[in-house]
Amino acid sequence: MPPADTAQTEAAELEFRDAVKRYPGADRNAVDRLSLTVPAGEICVLVGPSGCGKTTAMRMVNRMIDITDGDILLGGRSVRQRDPTQLRREIGYVIQQIGLFPHQTIGENIATVPRLLGWPKARLGERVGALLDLVGLDRTLRERYPSQLSGGQRQRVGVARALAADPPLMLMDEPFGAIDPINRERLQDEFLRLQAEIRKTVVFVTHDIDEAIKMGDRVAILREGGVLAQYGAPEEVLTRPADDFVARFVGADRGLKRLALSRLSELDLDAVNGRRPDLRLPAGMTVRDALSEMLASAGSDALVVDDGRELGIATLDAVAGLLSRESA
Amino acid sequence: MILAQSSQPVIPNFGAGSSCERENGAFCWSWVRDNWSDVLWPALREHVVLTLLAVVIGFAIAFALALFAHRRGWVERPVTITTGILYTIPSLALFQLLVPFTKLTTLTAEIALVSYTLLIIFRNTLAGLRGVPDDVRESARGMGLSRGQLLWRVELPLALPSIVAGVRIATVTVISLATVAAFVVNKGLGAPIFDAIQRSVFKTELFAAGGLAVALALAADALLVLAQRAATPWARAGRPA
Repeated sequence: MPPADTAQTEAAELEFRDAVKRYPGADRNAVDRLSLTVPAGEICVLVGPSGCGKTTAMRMVNRMIDITDGDILLGGRSVRQRDPTQLRREIGYVIQQIGLFPHQTIGENIATVPRLLGWPKARLGERVGALLDLVGLDRTLRERYPSQLSGGQRQRVGVARALAADPPLMLMDEPFGAIDPINRERLQDEFLRLQAEIRKTVVFVTHDIDEAIKMGDRVAILREGGVLAQYGAPEEVLTRPADDFVARFVGADRGLKRLALSRLSELDLDAVNGRRPDLRLPAGMTVRDALSEMLASAGSDALVVDDGRELGIATLDAVAGLLSRESA
Repeated sequence: MILAQSSQPVIPNFGAGSSCERENGAFCWSWVRDNWSDVLWPALREHVVLTLLAVVIGFAIAFALALFAHRRGWVERPVTITTGILYTIPSLALFQLLVPFTKLTTLTAEIALVSYTLLIIFRNTLAGLRGVPDDVRESARGMGLSRGQLLWRVELPLALPSIVAGVRIATVTVISLATVAAFVVNKGLGAPIFDAIQRSVFKTELFAAGGLAVALALAADALLVLAQRAATPWARAGRPA
């Protein structure tokens, strides 16, 4: 159930235009003539090895780091012309360590930016409740302090706080980096569901290519020195790496990674015809996970079911067919 | 000598006091009863005023210096050195040094007392401000808090436990040192203590005034602890279940 009082602001397009960051005394740029456009309402993941300037590039957007040369436009307006504190109140900001205020309750934490913007008290209270619903936290948590929450709960509060004033853009710096793998996956799935609802423009930084492929509508792969190596949809980066660096960075298992982007229901399934494989898999499972299950089971074929309805038989040939279909 | 002069006779109520007082017993309740409203209570009140004045002024100076040093790092060294020197001067020597300039006045006593609070409050305030986690500061800036908002809404509340810890030490120190202030002004609990010493150590007066100084220090410390607890409810919040 989408709560009231969300997603009023239109997401905004973000454009890097030959953006450069050079630190005084450094012999090369930290971010080197970066040009890319993130369409409104899409998630753009900046990914690359350490020292590739991905976090620097992200922090230039809300002027946490000053732009040396070039420009960044948010909704067509240069961020260089904006007052940094005013600009930041319009941009959601989530960092890996979250940075909740330990001396404020969860409710006060979430209300930080709306309070800076001078929202009336009644609206603040409503908004905090709606946001707790939105990120799947119990409303009773609003009176608690951050130290009383688990890591996963704190991370959800961090996201709620960033969304509080309904910003047209969210910046997320390795937001799930400090969470254990099981909870990270849950938080990733939750955020994707949330994003389907709120449709913000998101810049998401990670060093984990798997996370980049999972979270991104578009993936920007940066190499050392802040140079953009490739920018495109996840399928494109996996299918047609622009160069050796990208190929190495996405890994030798990029075929398997592509399988993770497809669901069993997208396979060319054989008709059931009375065959009864031991393995039954749900249609919503990723092809990668299905392949793993099929290889582990003796028969290798799997019956694909959707809510008890038998859709057909998945075979190893069909999986290979999916890869060749996408490469074409 | 610049000892404060006592206007009272050497043994109070000589010949009229109880036998305990005449024999200079260890502690005579009768003397305390008879002299509470004229001697001990006024001295205690003066002592509280001396202390409050010193801590409030000392806090104002040290706090301002700490905020300055928090923004401009180079300020820390000269302030630490100066206040450190002030802190190490023996109090009697400092009173002596000041008398030629400021005479036998409350001002002299206060200058000395204030100078002993500076180092502790300055260092604790600065340490508290610097102890604010980087991620908290980063997220505050990233959400668009101005420098002033960051300081007053985030950094100072989080530094409060460390600041109060400094004020507690400073207060207890001043309460103890303020007894020595009777050396220059005939005020505070130091006055009856000096009086007792001059009368070949009149034990009851010495113990009563000294005991009141100790009790005042304990009470002030407890009050500050309670104030800090009330101001930092988050510090007592438990862990996740």
